[in-house]
Amino acid sequence: MATIPVEQIVSPKKAGLKLWNSPWLNRKFVIGAILILLAVLVEIVGPLFWDVSMANTASAPLNLPPVWARDTPGFGFGEASAAHPLGTESNGRDMLALLIVATPRSLRVGVIAAGIGMLVGILLGFTAGYYGGWIDTVVRILSDAFITIPALAVLIVISAFVRQVTTENMALLLALFAWPGPTRLIRAQVLSMREQGYVQMARLSGASAPAIMFKEMLPNLLPYLAASFTGNVSLRILEAASLEALGLGPTRVPTLGTTIFYAIRGAAILRGMWWWWGFPIIMLTIIFVGLFFMTIGLDEIANPRLRGAKSQ
Amino acid sequence: MIDTRKTPEKVQLKGRQNNQNNVVLEVKELCVHYATPSGAVIAVNNASFEVYPGELVGLVGESGCGKTSVAMALLRLVQPPGRIVSGQILIGGIDMVGLSDKELRQVRWRELALIPQGAMNSLNPVMRIKDQIADGIETHEGKQPRAELKERILKLLRMVGLPGRVYNMYPHELSGGMKQRVCIAMAIALNPALIIADEPTSALDVIVQRVVAQTLLEVKNQLGVSMIMIGHDMGLLAQLVDRIIVMYAGNIVEIAPVKEIFAEPLHPYTQLLISSIPSVKERKPLVLSEGVTHDLRNPPPGCIFQLRCPYVMDVCRQVVPPLRELRPNHFVACHLYE
Amino acid sequence: MNNMSPPLLEIRNATKVYGGGFFQSSQQVVALQNFNLTIPAKPAKLTTIAGESGSGKTTLANVVLGFTGLTSGQILFKDRDVAGLDRRQMLDYRRQVQAVFQDPYAVYNPFYRVKHIFDLVIHNFKLAQNKREARELIEGALQVVGMRGEEVLEKYPHQLSGGQRQRMMVARAYMVKPSLIVADEPVSMVDASLRAMILDIMLRLRDEHNISFLYITHDLSTAYQVGDQIYLLYQGAVAEKGDTGKVIETPKHPYVQALIDSIPVPDPTQKWGRDIVLPDDEELRIQVDSGCRFYPRCPYRMDRCLERQPPLYHIEGTAHQAACYLYDDRPHNGDLIPVYTGTG
Repeated sequence: MATIPVEQIVSPKKAGLKLWNSPWLNRKFVIGAILILLAVLVEIVGPLFWDVSMANTASAPLNLPPVWARDTPGFGFGEASAAHPLGTESNGRDMLALLIVATPRSLRVGVIAAGIGMLVGILLGFTAGYYGGWIDTVVRILSDAFITIPALAVLIVISAFVRQVTTENMALLLALFAWPGPTRLIRAQVLSMREQGYVQMARLSGASAPAIMFKEMLPNLLPYLAASFTGNVSLRILEAASLEALGLGPTRVPTLGTTIFYAIRGAAILRGMWWWWGFPIIMLTIIFVGLFFMTIGLDEIANPRLRGAKSQ
Repeated sequence: MIDTRKTPEKVQLKGRQNNQNNVVLEVKELCVHYATPSGAVIAVNNASFEVYPGELVGLVGESGCGKTSVAMALLRLVQPPGRIVSGQILIGGIDMVGLSDKELRQVRWRELALIPQGAMNSLNPVMRIKDQIADGIETHEGKQPRAELKERILKLLRMVGLPGRVYNMYPHELSGGMKQRVCIAMAIALNPALIIADEPTSALDVIVQRVVAQTLLEVKNQLGVSMIMIGHDMGLLAQLVDRIIVMYAGNIVEIAPVKEIFAEPLHPYTQLLISSIPSVKERKPLVLSEGVTHDLRNPPPGCIFQLRCPYVMDVCRQVVPPLRELRPNHFVACHLYE
Repeated sequence: MNNMSPPLLEIRNATKVYGGGFFQSSQQVVALQNFNLTIPAKPAKLTTIAGESGSGKTTLANVVLGFTGLTSGQILFKDRDVAGLDRRQMLDYRRQVQAVFQDPYAVYNPFYRVKHIFDLVIHNFKLAQNKREARELIEGALQVVGMRGEEVLEKYPHQLSGGQRQRMMVARAYMVKPSLIVADEPVSMVDASLRAMILDIMLRLRDEHNISFLYITHDLSTAYQVGDQIYLLYQGAVAEKGDTGKVIETPKHPYVQALIDSIPVPDPTQKWGRDIVLPDDEELRIQVDSGCRFYPRCPYRMDRCLERQPPLYHIEGTAHQAACYLYDDRPHNGDLIPVYTGTG
């Protein structure tokens, strides 16, 4: 019997710093992650340094401008003071405390709604993509229909009927429109992955359909799923803020959107109280920009062709 | 964007007239490296060879040998992280390595054309054949009068053995072999001095492959154009080419006329390659061997083939054997013949 | 030949037609037409299915492996019909019929280390009771292909060479101890100098471990070196079949003659004969609905070739048969059932 000699591979001399070349350290992703981290830090670190009970009504003098805007024209304003560096609003809430309390609420709504949407999307998308047939047709028709329905209009109508709006049930409501996107994405990916060599191999190795879907396909989908998730979160937060700004948000607890609602109702623009609606908007912008960068960064991670630098 | 409304100004290209040595292409000590996080991969290491007028040279080697890198380098198409580190590429006396982008555009396609791998799949699916060929011509020579252009394109199609009606067709209406012949027609459209064909028949069926290969030969004979054909199918090369250049792991190990290389391969790697080709003419026992066994980022000092060579000696591990002309036109890089 | 045990694989009049249904907008494509094949249980044999693109060889691989069903005809494995197997029976079938595919990279899941391919079969076919047994099993399989576990198992697919990956695939197929391995172009994406190694492994598995092979390829040069029997397909139908040596050395069917003539011989002193010219129309995909599919390109064509597909005539008993009316003075297997083309 002829013996086949075993190949010898001479390994390279220096391995180099592998970490810095990891594709996960995509610049855009990192920038986005930092911004979101800032928003999250606000929630964690804020209460340690600031008295968040001042986010409640009547806990501070009314209508104080931010500490650096001492000579603000307008009427009925008190003296700006360092005790309320970002000013206060007409209900007596301190703006800084408000931001610290409201920001995590907005983030949470988006994450929960997008999370539900992702779970439904995984379930429906995999089933439709892998099995095809009538399941696929039904799922496809449903998800396409839901995408064309104007989400905000429907949400406004539904939430008008909800008695007591809380962060949680608002998230559930938003999830209603959070599932078609992930479903379509996953279905499309599964359709193309189904023909891959390693999926055939798994079938030949006796793997069951669920095992193939979740152990063979899903791990390779993670970057796509992550990108879809962050994009989804962004959209849900926007919807939530829109609903809240129209007055359909939670009444008991302050959120960024409801602050804007009160600001409009309190004629803040007319009165020149820009800090009332300005700071929530800045916070929302940071969140959106952060999520946006994370999404496109994840897109590049998922699809190396977008990365620009070509490898051989 | 190239303005095709006027004839592009011709860069003063010296050379084609000054062809003292009767050489179409001269490559001198070409080095191409690819940067990777853990060191540079030496894709081409000091490659030197010549191509003479009217001949078909085959460039053969296995995966990772650098033949595609050589082809890309000749046209200055090496993309980062790869780059030409040193060496000269002289076409008609002009060194391609030093040319600016503008000058390069003059040389490409006029002096030097490429039929890339899978060319038939890169035809524009929404343009008719006539428009694609016309595009190529007009980009380099400016707008042409309609009737003359049509005549010229039909002549090209005839030369590659395609019927006239292909002129108006779309790529999807043609078979693989016909599409590949269209690509050949595009390559010869400007009558270049040298055509580089990278695996021109690899995706085709055997009978169609023969037709396309015959077309290439026909074109070469009629136009007198030189060709470099890159491939891994030694059988095909045996039928087509005049000379063969054998590469292994980025180095040229042997160059010889095709009959000599098959009759008497000198370099141990060439011997291995020739003996492992199966043939439909005879049944012989299988010759076993291993693949490239060293890391391309960290080649061993001395001869590149030392880890697999059955005749390896001490000197092979220390000194790189130079490419020496052992017999007329037969070059080998091996210490066995030093 | 006395055969008390049923043949390993018997394919009877297998036909596969794609498309053309009521909801489909595409035309019908007859991928496989009245295909018959028998592989005996003993001794292990390497049967080559050769053909070019569109010949139906990939379809054949897919139906034998159970990835798709036939339109008509049967596939019997050890006398059991492969169609209509339930999940447990299919698992059992997969244990006996394994495969090696063409692309040595695509068959590996890039998310996992290469060890994953072994883990999958060990887990699903319950080949080992514990980790130690599993490791031993893997090492044994790797040894057969000349590799060592500690050097390769923990690597990711992109860290191994094509030849190594393909060898591991063969090791994986072997580890299941199947009766039949379907090798679909196992060496066409591997470097020329490494092909012999993989083919040699296949031959040893046949000789020393009694595993039969269905070697599917377009490369007649390698087929000539390794096969016992060969079936040459042209557009879904068998053009010629028989003993590998006889068929390749003395081809009888005009297509096979043209094919073998066109294979470039690696000897510069034996150039191709006269230039062949293909009639233009053949390249424009004429789908012949009935009769011999080679008609548009055949230099010997007759009118009757268009009427019906010729049966396989015996050139030399069953050792060499060709489907061509040029040999209609010889005995044949009987007229073939015309393929149902429906209302198109």
